[in-house]
Amino acid sequence: MAEWNELTVHEAKARLDQGAGTARELVETLLGAIRARDKQVQGYLEVDEADALRQAEAADALRKKGHKGKLLGVPIAVKDLLNVQGQSCRCASRILEGYHSPYDATAIARLRAEGALFVGRANMDEFAMGSTTENSAFKITHNPWNLACVPGGSSGGSGAVIAADEAIAALGTDTGGSVRLPASFCGCVGLKPTYGRVSRYGLTAFASSLDQIGPMTKDIRDAALLLQVMAGHDGMDSTSIMAPVPDYAANLRKDLKGMKLGLPKEYFIAGVDPEVAHCIQQAIRHCEGLGATIVEVGLPATPYAIATYYIVACAEASANLARFDGVRYGLRVKDATDPFDMYTRTRAAGFGTEVKRRIILGTYVLSSGYYDAYYVRAQKVRALIRADFEKVFQSCDALLTPVAPTAAYRLGEKTADPLQMYLSDIFTASVNLAGICALSVPCGFTSANLPVGLQIVGPAFGEETILRVGFAYEQTTDWRLRKPDVG
Amino acid sequence: MNYFTTIGLEVHVQLQTRTKMFCACRTDFGAAPNTQVCPVCLGYPGALPVINQEAIRLTVMTGLMVGSRINPWSKFDRKNYFYPDMPKNYQITQFDQPLCLGGAVAIDCQGQSRVVRLTRIHLEEDVGKSMHVRDQSRVDFNRAGHPLMEIVTEPDMHSPEEAFAFLLALKQILVYGLISPCNLEEGNLRCDVNCSVRPEGQAALGTKTEIKNMNTFKGVHQALTYELQRQVAALAAGGMIVQETLRFDTDRGVTESMRTKEDAHDYRYFPDPDLMPVALSAEQIKAWEGMLPELPRQRCERLEREYALPAYDAKVLAADKYVADFFEEAARGAANPKTVSNWMMTEMMHLLAEKELEIRQVKITPQALAGLIKLVESHAINGAAAKTIFAILFDKGGDPAVLVGQLGLAQVSDIGTLAALVRQAIDGNPKSVSDYKAGKEAAFKFLMGQVMRLSKGKANPQIVQDLLKKQLSV
Repeated sequence: MAEWNELTVHEAKARLDQGAGTARELVETLLGAIRARDKQVQGYLEVDEADALRQAEAADALRKKGHKGKLLGVPIAVKDLLNVQGQSCRCASRILEGYHSPYDATAIARLRAEGALFVGRANMDEFAMGSTTENSAFKITHNPWNLACVPGGSSGGSGAVIAADEAIAALGTDTGGSVRLPASFCGCVGLKPTYGRVSRYGLTAFASSLDQIGPMTKDIRDAALLLQVMAGHDGMDSTSIMAPVPDYAANLRKDLKGMKLGLPKEYFIAGVDPEVAHCIQQAIRHCEGLGATIVEVGLPATPYAIATYYIVACAEASANLARFDGVRYGLRVKDATDPFDMYTRTRAAGFGTEVKRRIILGTYVLSSGYYDAYYVRAQKVRALIRADFEKVFQSCDALLTPVAPTAAYRLGEKTADPLQMYLSDIFTASVNLAGICALSVPCGFTSANLPVGLQIVGPAFGEETILRVGFAYEQTTDWRLRKPDVG
Repeated sequence: MNYFTTIGLEVHVQLQTRTKMFCACRTDFGAAPNTQVCPVCLGYPGALPVINQEAIRLTVMTGLMVGSRINPWSKFDRKNYFYPDMPKNYQITQFDQPLCLGGAVAIDCQGQSRVVRLTRIHLEEDVGKSMHVRDQSRVDFNRAGHPLMEIVTEPDMHSPEEAFAFLLALKQILVYGLISPCNLEEGNLRCDVNCSVRPEGQAALGTKTEIKNMNTFKGVHQALTYELQRQVAALAAGGMIVQETLRFDTDRGVTESMRTKEDAHDYRYFPDPDLMPVALSAEQIKAWEGMLPELPRQRCERLEREYALPAYDAKVLAADKYVADFFEEAARGAANPKTVSNWMMTEMMHLLAEKELEIRQVKITPQALAGLIKLVESHAINGAAAKTIFAILFDKGGDPAVLVGQLGLAQVSDIGTLAALVRQAIDGNPKSVSDYKAGKEAAFKFLMGQVMRLSKGKANPQIVQDLLKKQLSV
């Protein structure tokens, strides 16, 4: 019988529901796996074992009282960017040393109401700025498939702990690909919901118009379940959308009959690693075999996506990160002579290089004299990107693309060249700019035994469709059953 | 040489909403520091703003009262700058799409009526309050996030008096519209003053300076008077005006430089991605239009018409919404509204001015004033006693009829008692009696006073007068 930590959410929940064990046993096993493996993987910034066991015991007590939560007793790893009441929430940054959340993010509160436990703060790129998790101020996370490789980012800790069975499920956030990229690199499922589908309240903002919380799980059904619980309008987030939440699980089927899937030609280009391209082509043929019609489509604004993304994201970040000033919480340098001395020295000491780079970039593009040339123009291009997608979704149900041009690369390989690093987002950032949804599902391995992810892109509120495509593909292949050999 | 003055104002008004602009925290004044705060108004990681719809309504109502065009599509922007009292280090405000555009406020200044045009009215959030205690700085964030409406005028005022008159007129409208209590001592209304001078005959405006954060109308007048003289003196001496931001030192009565144009901020405004644009339908605006309250000028006309008051009375009463409210309520319970007006215009205004109070701070109720007037009209008390009772009601409140009994101020109208007192006064003052008989009218008044004194002020003056005349003619 599989160990608790190796289970999916559905499997763990079923085992708990059958009375074949308790949440406490589950969490104890999980903590054991973390102790054994996280020395190599380094996916967690913090695990409060005593608190985890307390939460598990509380869940067991609720179960005795007849609580029927959809996630009762199921532990979830949380990216360090999300506020969980009473837990630290440092966003992998020194500037939030000592900060503990006074409140639950809405997504957390909804999961909590269904009985979920929050075990472990998953590592990430500082303030979600990065594609490898190497920008964490505290530790480097290793890819469980090859410890010399990056797990992807920025939700790299979440992806790595899923792959290493150090978690049952995890939450990430996706601003330009931060859920999908580590899901692809680590071989798990990662879903970026439509902008406005999941409340951002309690998600420490990187780029407010792009950020979404997304589940990172071992299979599609788990992703559908976590999304089901988190989705829906929230009065605390003005950008969350008042649209009914469909029953995501109800529409999952093992065929793709009658579905039309598009291949945007701008995503099938020379720069893609041949092994990755091969995996994607195989996956496309597989979908065809499941009954889908495959058509080529065009998204002509694609070449401008990365530039547009970095202007919009950095502009918003430059304002969003202004609140970290040493006045109210987090790091404050000692012996400042005046407020401005305190700001400059606190922020100089508290932020890492990449965060500073993006704050400066964002400040620049909003500056008087440059605003129209950068920020305003980026908004115009963003509208074109959105229009591109609207057009193709008039004739396609979903799109199939690679998540990234390569599989996981080696630690340190791209840290010297930020521009090279930014290109990791080339196939994912457009989705955020357009505000639509997409997921990454494992679709093969390179010859070096590194996982490759297939990106399934859907229109706004098309989660049902992409989950259906992902499920049919996943259930008729067995990539998800492969496990890395850690420790 | 003569100089021509140009003044424009930016007035910040705290709206009277129960909760803050972007969160559910209360807006009560005077709470213990940092007790009306939450993750949103403290700028905690992950917290998000949600627009207070009541603040939108109050701002649009203000726009409707001053004849602004209401923007059917407005939005909120971030204004970026660092300051310890600003939790997010950006202020959520409205940059290029304010809620209200244009409009005007009529002012009366030195006998002349004029109109001051408005540029715009927009909505933003207030900041916290910094306090400096010896070598420490502390911040109270209770005020952070209080809805703040900014009213920007055109450069339409030409003297400190006109600026003062504008502020008075604006305050009247805001109080009438229940937009803001406009308590200056609670910081409900603060303004930045822009001013410049130019030699007569010069078409282009002179270089302006801006005096920041004035919180009394008198202060605005003083600061402008000083600053305009300073500018004129500088120009007259052949100097130049530097475009700069000033603060007014109330103790020394002078303006001093805070920063010049060279170190002006680049606020890097951009649309706040956390908030959706505010779309107002024509139906919504129309519905709010239907809720518009009576304005000072309309009320003045109505008081004149409905209560048959002289124009002067109506104007004085209508100047303060709460004085007018008090008057109308008291008049409802009185036979003659003019009598109520007389009490309001004399005793009430006198005591308010003397004690520097607002009418809502005093203890007397409109019902008590109406009751007091009835006691006078039914001859239960005389005028002197009524004034004594009014002063007590003003300070402590109570029922005038009960006070009459407690203080023994009931009027004495018994002929026998009064005749004896009149006799006593005549017997005690033979000189006055002979003066009166010699035709000196003043002597009669003196003797009247003597009788009143002997009655401890309680004698019915009409009866005393009759008795005195009768006995002196014997």
